[in-house]
Amino acid sequence: MTDVLAHLRRRERWGVAEIAFWLALVAGIVAFPARAGLVNEALIAGLFALSLDLILGLTGIVSLGQAAFFGVGAYTAAILANAGYHDPLLGVLAAIVPTALIGFLTAPLLLRGSDLTRLMVTMGVALMLGELANREDGLTGGADGLNFTVAPLFGRFAIGSFGEGPRNAALFSLAVLFALLFVARRLARSPFGISLTAVRENRLRAGALGISAAWRIVAIYTISAAFAGVAGALLAETTQIASLDLFEFHRSANVMLMLIIGGAGYLYGGVIGAGVFILVRDVVSAETPEYWEFWIGLMLVALVLFGRERLANLVRLRR
Amino acid sequence: MLTLLLDGIAYGMLLFVLSAGLAVTLGLMNFINLAHGAFAMLGGYVTALLMNRAGVPFLATLPLAFLIPAAVGVALERTLYRRLYGASPLDQVLFTIGLVFMAMPAANYLLGNQPQQINLPDFLHGRLEFQGVGIGVYRLFTILLCGAIAASLQIFLVRTRFGAQLRAAVDDSRVAGGMGINVDLLFAITFAVGSGLAGLGGALAADVVGGVDPSFPLKFLVIMLIVVSIGGANGVLGALFGALLLGVLDVLGKYYAPTIGAFIIYAVMVATLTLRPNGLFAKGDRR
Repeated sequence: MTDVLAHLRRRERWGVAEIAFWLALVAGIVAFPARAGLVNEALIAGLFALSLDLILGLTGIVSLGQAAFFGVGAYTAAILANAGYHDPLLGVLAAIVPTALIGFLTAPLLLRGSDLTRLMVTMGVALMLGELANREDGLTGGADGLNFTVAPLFGRFAIGSFGEGPRNAALFSLAVLFALLFVARRLARSPFGISLTAVRENRLRAGALGISAAWRIVAIYTISAAFAGVAGALLAETTQIASLDLFEFHRSANVMLMLIIGGAGYLYGGVIGAGVFILVRDVVSAETPEYWEFWIGLMLVALVLFGRERLANLVRLRR
Repeated sequence: MLTLLLDGIAYGMLLFVLSAGLAVTLGLMNFINLAHGAFAMLGGYVTALLMNRAGVPFLATLPLAFLIPAAVGVALERTLYRRLYGASPLDQVLFTIGLVFMAMPAANYLLGNQPQQINLPDFLHGRLEFQGVGIGVYRLFTILLCGAIAASLQIFLVRTRFGAQLRAAVDDSRVAGGMGINVDLLFAITFAVGSGLAGLGGALAADVVGGVDPSFPLKFLVIMLIVVSIGGANGVLGALFGALLLGVLDVLGKYYAPTIGAFIIYAVMVATLTLRPNGLFAKGDRR
């Protein structure tokens, strides 16, 4: 028994590579403010992918509708700002409420059926919310989207696309990502998180051990939805627009690709995958702006044929 | 009202031909092929290019719109897809989305971003009036053609030796192989027919949606998946009913409640899957 405890404690500890990873990110943003916009985008995509990792990587629930929460979070921040609450931190925190609620209400839909049913239901919910946002154009601005401005963070650091704006935005996103990854890390290492792994590996056997899958799936889906909502709010605030394309199918598909590129199940996969994805897109689209998706597609096909598991194992050995 | 209903049925029939192949690969072969729409795009392009650049008449292009995607389908099935039979659904989703992501820029690169229009021949234009009920000639044409395809598919799968062998191979491919059934060949043929039908559907649908363009695979992917998941991925009949239901709902919805738009369809799908996770017309509770 003490061996198990010691093992769990060891997993809980922060490794050198982990600390270096975060320091490198801070240094990167400060040293290359000209690229901060791109880094910001990658960090937000990384947070979005982290939210998917909670359900896909930890719990084994597939979803093609994570964009639902991304969009709702973004619109929450935008609507709040237009109602006169310009504080960016408030917007990010406020995004948690509706997304967690929608996640909680739609999670029971995931409990029945096959993986295919889940893919379809999550996709359907995202498309429905997109249509709703399109219809309620008094609230959401319809197809034009919502433009808005946010106040400087803590009253001092301006966020936006001019001057110091991109750098501050990237640092803000990094701080939020770090905070949420910290939470996710604690969550994954907690008894609750370990029971999620049991549900993922064998739901029937987990049930026989007295670990009921249903409420655990609802709980983690709610948390994941809130994470995605925060990512959406961050994106809306740092680009100062919320638009309907946030709900679109390709957002949900792309975030899954990012997570898979980086490797699911160890929390950092989403951040790394998002970094690779955004970097590839940036480099390739500098050459051929319209055809960058081709290379992402090729990467995926190769990844699946080579075997995701094998790749993930290589990474795991390295760590 | 009846005219609207007929329009809905025509649209549903189109959806059926587009998604029949998906229903077969998904329901019979347990393979999630999200790249199915790419075959539909290929068929649409075959028809559009043959008509616009080579002057081939519309009806003569349709067989090619079936055969070329079918051939490409077999080539891909033999080289790539078959490695993933039995892989996890996630792997299949990722792989086929990867293919979609490759197909769209490739089409864009080769043929440009502009939609390729299809000019229907004169005899398919116009409307017929029958006891006060009007219907477009092209709509009638699609209903008849697609209806014939649906009927022959169903007979093919249920009544012929091939169909019986296919169902046996799906239920247990090892035992079927042991009984002397060439499972590989069966799957390859089935996949070819499915891809070919998608191509034909793409060619037929191209006029309705205003031409073929590189976004075709994603545009139709969502609706095809909805058809299959509402109908229950157990074969042809489920997909047919799912497609008809969706086609009628969509046309009626757009007419009577245009502001809600596509919301109805998505809501129907989510409601269906909540109540019957395996689809409306699924047989039994296969998990």
